[in-house]
Parts: sequence; C-alpha cells; structure tokens
Amino acid sequence: MIAFDAFRDGETARRLAAAIAAEAQPGRSYAFMEFCGGHTHAICRYAIAEMLPANLRMVHGPGCPVCVLPVGRVDAAIAIAERTGVTLCSFGDVLRIPGSHRRSLLSAKAAGADVRVVYSPLDALALAQALPDRQVVFFAVGFETTTPPTAAVLARARHLGIGNFSVFCNHVLTPPAIAAVLGEAADRPVLDGILGPAHVAAVTGADAFAGFARDARMPVVIAGFEPLDLLQAILMLVRQANSGAARVEIQFSRGVTAAGNRAAQALTAEVFEPRAHFAWRGLGQLAESGLRPRPGFAAWNAETRFEIGDPPPEPRTACRCAEILRGLAQPADCPLFGSACTPESPHGACMVSSEGACAAEWSYGRGRRRIWKELR
Amino acid sequence: MCLALPMRVIEFLPGEMAVAERDGIRKEISVTLVPEVAIGDYVIVHVGFALAKLDPAEARRTLALIAEMAAPGPR
Repeated sequence: MIAFDAFRDGETARRLAAAIAAEAQPGRSYAFMEFCGGHTHAICRYAIAEMLPANLRMVHGPGCPVCVLPVGRVDAAIAIAERTGVTLCSFGDVLRIPGSHRRSLLSAKAAGADVRVVYSPLDALALAQALPDRQVVFFAVGFETTTPPTAAVLARARHLGIGNFSVFCNHVLTPPAIAAVLGEAADRPVLDGILGPAHVAAVTGADAFAGFARDARMPVVIAGFEPLDLLQAILMLVRQANSGAARVEIQFSRGVTAAGNRAAQALTAEVFEPRAHFAWRGLGQLAESGLRPRPGFAAWNAETRFEIGDPPPEPRTACRCAEILRGLAQPADCPLFGSACTPESPHGACMVSSEGACAAEWSYGRGRRRIWKELR
Repeated sequence: MCLALPMRVIEFLPGEMAVAERDGIRKEISVTLVPEVAIGDYVIVHVGFALAKLDPAEARRTLALIAEMAAPGPR
C-alpha cells in the first residue's frame, strides 16, 4: 500500500520548513521557479510559500497550458465551433479562456454553438461514434502529460476509420518553454533553481531536463505535488544552491525515471511531429515548441479539415499575464487582478484555470488579503 | 485540467481498459500507455489514462528520507 496521506502530514511539513529555514544562508536570497501550474496550485493551496524563510521566494512559471494558449488559437476554436454541423468539445477550463473581445467557447455555446465539456479525449471519440451525423472536434490543449492520451485517441480513430472526428491540436512542450524563460532576454528572471514537474517527467523522463542543469548551470529537482513532496524538493534545491551544484535530482522517485514512459513517447512520436514554431501567450513564437498530427493523420487534423491558418499576433491590454508567465511579475502586480479579472469573470488566461498563477493566488486568499490590506 | 491522481488498478476490461479505484471511487481508465501494468499496481491517472506506474517501495523510501531530512521537533 502507498500511504498517500503520509505526504500531507502537517507536523513533518513544519519540521521540513524548519530545516529549509536552518539551511537557507542568511547572507543570500533564493528564487526558485515552479514551472508547472499543478505546482503553482499546490503551493497556494497548501500555503507552502508562507512556510518558507523571507529570503526564499517561489516564482510562478509558464506551465499552465490553458494560460499560455494565445488568443488567436481560442478564436480559431470558436470559429470551428460556430460552423454548421460541428460539435466541439474540450476540458472544462479550456472553454472559459477569453479570446478576442472577451468571447470564449462558453459564450459561443450560450449563443447556440454545440460546445461540450469532456473529461477525457476518449469521451470525445465516444461522442463522435454516438453522433455520426455531426463533425466532432476535440480541442486538444496540454503538455507532455495530456499529449499521449490525444495520440492514443487519434491512433484509435484512424484504426477504426471514424471519419467524423478530428483534433484541433495545441499540444506544447515543456523544455522549450523553460529554455525561453531562462533565455537570453535582458529582463529574464534571476533564478537559483527549477522545481521540475513530476507528471511531465514521468512521461518524458528526467533526462529531458538534463540540459538546463548542464548548460544553464541551473539546479533542477523533479518534484511531486503533495506538500511534503514540495517541501522536500525545495530543501534539495537549497542544498544544491548552497553547494554550487547544478544537476537534475528526482524527488518524485516513486513515479519518475531517467528514461520516462517509452510506450507513451513512442505513441506520441508516431502520431505527432514538431511544428517549426508555435505562439505562446507571454513567450511569443518559440521554435519546435508545439506539436501537430503527422501527415498520415491529416484526415483527423481539424486544422486541415477546417483550413485554420496561423493566428495573428497578441493584442496588447492592461492584463499582465505575459509578464506573470515569465516570472517577471506576481499576480497582485496586475491592475486587473481581483478587480476587472476574477475567476468568475476572467480577463486574462492566468485567472481561468485553477492551475493559473492568478486563479491559484486569488482562490486561496493570499492575493485577496493583500488587496484588503492595501484598501485599509 | 492538469490534475493527475494516483489510483490502483483492480480489474482489466476489454480494449486496453481497466477499472481503477481510489478511496472507494471507481473509474474506467485506459491502460494503453502502460502496457506492463498488473492488477494491484498504482498508476497516475490523467484525463482517463494511466500515465505511469507508481512504485510503493520508492514511496516508502521517500517518506523515510523526508523523516530524516526534517528538523528534529517539536520544539
């Protein structure tokens, strides 16, 4: 048996936090970026940041696929959904992402488009089988964790010859996004380590992160999502930073290996190929950072079927999602945070998904408390 | 959307599907991506698919290491 609750033990968490405080050197500061939105959510939910010493800061990263999806791709999905005879489906939070003029797939649904929530791409394929007279499009969004399931469903659709099913593919890759954040830009965030995503690494293998330790001299710890996982990983990062080390360590050894899930990697490579470029909200065009179905799957590629072109550049608004995604601003720095932009009525994508930095900070009260303090 | 949870595989179904259980909740999942999975194994479940196996021995080793790293207490 695995005692999952043991990874949430409060007393052990407090003692790990005390060990972090004891080992963090008072003469310096530490900034660690959690790349993954799942980590952002867990850090806010379990108040991990509040347990850390004042000179150790967690910086939210761009690892929320809902948050980095550019407006143009959302607009394209809405345009597909509005076609006659189309049923478009995706995960619940994807339907709430604001596109141009604050329209979303949910508002398109309210206006009469057939837009549905699915839990799994398997449900999307089942919907196509149940609705043979409709074109069912799965709006696929996600990192390396969500990609193999979409690949499995595309392979199955081709195998079964299901002609009324297609995928609007927006799958993206973690390493190019981390590379873009670390990058060469003069205003890049100053970081002392990276908390790597365990579930992505379970698929890709920890080796996919080796380049950041080797080339960028950045300590990397692949961490799980429970409070003790996070605190242990932060302590491991402090120890690497203190000793001047820069290597990839696996905290989530119960699920992550150096090589990852070979079956998932093989299926993904069989179905998808890298795009030359893909546009990210906040990070701009990144080379070989997105995937599309291989030509053999063109009949199930919604971009081919509905002739979807490249999206136009991002419009500029007061929303600071772009800087928040790069670790250059915190949610409370944004003038819209908690006023024009809340989870009930999101303006920017970071407020949409519960893994978004703004939604996580808002939902668990830290941001709200800060605003109340300012108002008083 | 990125939530992934550990569950235990308790029964195989046709079509590379299985029943997984956690805290009394049962769910049909695809095991296409973990061909080596056996009944009783823990897996990480994400959008209806088992993504990877979880190793109970490694989980115990991690908890032991955490206990070792945690500062002595309570004070």
